[in-house]
Amino acid sequence: MFIGWMPTTDHKSPTLNFSMANPVVSLKNVNKIFGTAEKPTTVALKDINLDIQPREFISLIGPSGCGKSTLLRAIGDLLPVSAGEVTVNDKSAREARMGREYGMVFQAPVLFEWRTIAKNVELPLEIMGVPKAERATKSREMLKLVELHGFERHYPWQLSGGMQQRVAIARALAFRPQLLLMDEPFGALDEITRERMNAELLRIWQETQTTVVFVTHSIPEAVFLSTRVVVMSARPGRITEIIPIDLPYPRSVETRETSRFFDLVTAVREGLRKGEKMREK
Amino acid sequence: MASSSRAQQFLPPALVFIGVIALWELLVRALNIPQFLLPAPSAILGALAETFSLVMSSALYTFRSALIGFLIGCSAGALVALATARWTAAREGLMPLAIAINSVPILAFAPIMNNWFGTVNPASKIAIVALITFFPMMINMVRGLTLVEPAKLELMRSYATTEFDVLAKVRLPNALPYLFNALKICSTLSVIGAVVGEYFGGPRDTLGVYILQEAKLFRFDNAWAAIIIAALLGIVFYLIIITLERIAIPWHASNEK
Repeated sequence: MFIGWMPTTDHKSPTLNFSMANPVVSLKNVNKIFGTAEKPTTVALKDINLDIQPREFISLIGPSGCGKSTLLRAIGDLLPVSAGEVTVNDKSAREARMGREYGMVFQAPVLFEWRTIAKNVELPLEIMGVPKAERATKSREMLKLVELHGFERHYPWQLSGGMQQRVAIARALAFRPQLLLMDEPFGALDEITRERMNAELLRIWQETQTTVVFVTHSIPEAVFLSTRVVVMSARPGRITEIIPIDLPYPRSVETRETSRFFDLVTAVREGLRKGEKMREK
Repeated sequence: MASSSRAQQFLPPALVFIGVIALWELLVRALNIPQFLLPAPSAILGALAETFSLVMSSALYTFRSALIGFLIGCSAGALVALATARWTAAREGLMPLAIAINSVPILAFAPIMNNWFGTVNPASKIAIVALITFFPMMINMVRGLTLVEPAKLELMRSYATTEFDVLAKVRLPNALPYLFNALKICSTLSVIGAVVGEYFGGPRDTLGVYILQEAKLFRFDNAWAAIIIAALLGIVFYLIIITLERIAIPWHASNEK
């Protein structure tokens, strides 16, 4: 059932049951070199080709230094690419950013200490000039979505790490972007909280019908969440394999105990190992 | 529960304070220490009661110089910081200089200020206080405006915000704790600056000149009484700033608990 994928110049990637509508994110021969063109210090991304379809949940996984966070930042136009083309909703990454077409969640919650929880969620709405009453309604709705209603008037320091990260997700979704970029959002959480957050994220993903690009270095997390797992390898950062995850949704704790789940975890692990071997050559 | 923990918090320093005063009184009496070396607390308190109205009017005059200088120095420092936070080049040129000047004993300039503005003109004291408070404020504010978590700036960039929004919603709130830190430092510095500035000469009814004059006349109990008022002045000013801080940035004060 696996559709193998090797990095070639062909940018068409395999899709599962998704319609071949215009991709939300399209990466064509994306390269990112740190340092100058004459004296490149690191090839962070090499010939990245990837199309992400609407409503997909894509995980980028790989060893540290493989450029997965760099790739995420390139999609969000938080970092310029050295060569190639990044399109988001058929627009350049910059236009998409200027049009506020994606929400971003970082590894740290990045909440503003001086704002209450509700005001943190309202931050993007405030910047976009949404009227006050509407902002309050929205933030209440979003906090309900992440199951934090009642915490509107708390300050960030009064919440646990997992709760803070949920606030960050509520903030990213507050203006209803169709694309959610997540950079190891649960990396700092303990295993139990992380698994709970995984289940919650899937529920939110299905309720909000967004497309998610998710950076992680946890194999089970990637398998549990994704429609496809993109395996990357380091130096130079490139895609070595794309593994479709055919576990049925909705997924739950039981999903983690099925043999198919273990098979897919093994497949991702082998993909990562293959990347290591390619590097050694 | 809150009140009992509060009492627990204030009780030890209060006991130490009372103990020190009692010991002081006891030693002065037991060892027969002459009044010009160290007057007993009771003698100082007596002197204070006698000279209270004169000392208080002098203190108010001195405090006025301190306050005006404080307001000028702090607002100028904050404004310069705002300007330099925007231009990296200006900041990189100015900051090392500011830090260097900040370690200079600015009080040494007091005679120069007397020469420029006139010894009995309060402007000479105000100038000293403004100079003394300018640099701590500027240095702290520059730090507050620039030491921002990079991810916060990245987040703002993802929202395609204006520079103004970054300033208003990230840099300025981020700088508030630094601002109050500087205000606390400057509140005590301003009283020191005004009183010591007056030691170099000033109008008759000011705290510094009064202390100097009473000391010269060997009325040390009067000098001590005025010193206590100067100390109280600094403490009260500091407490006012702390209260303002609690009101202005509750998220920070409570964070420290």
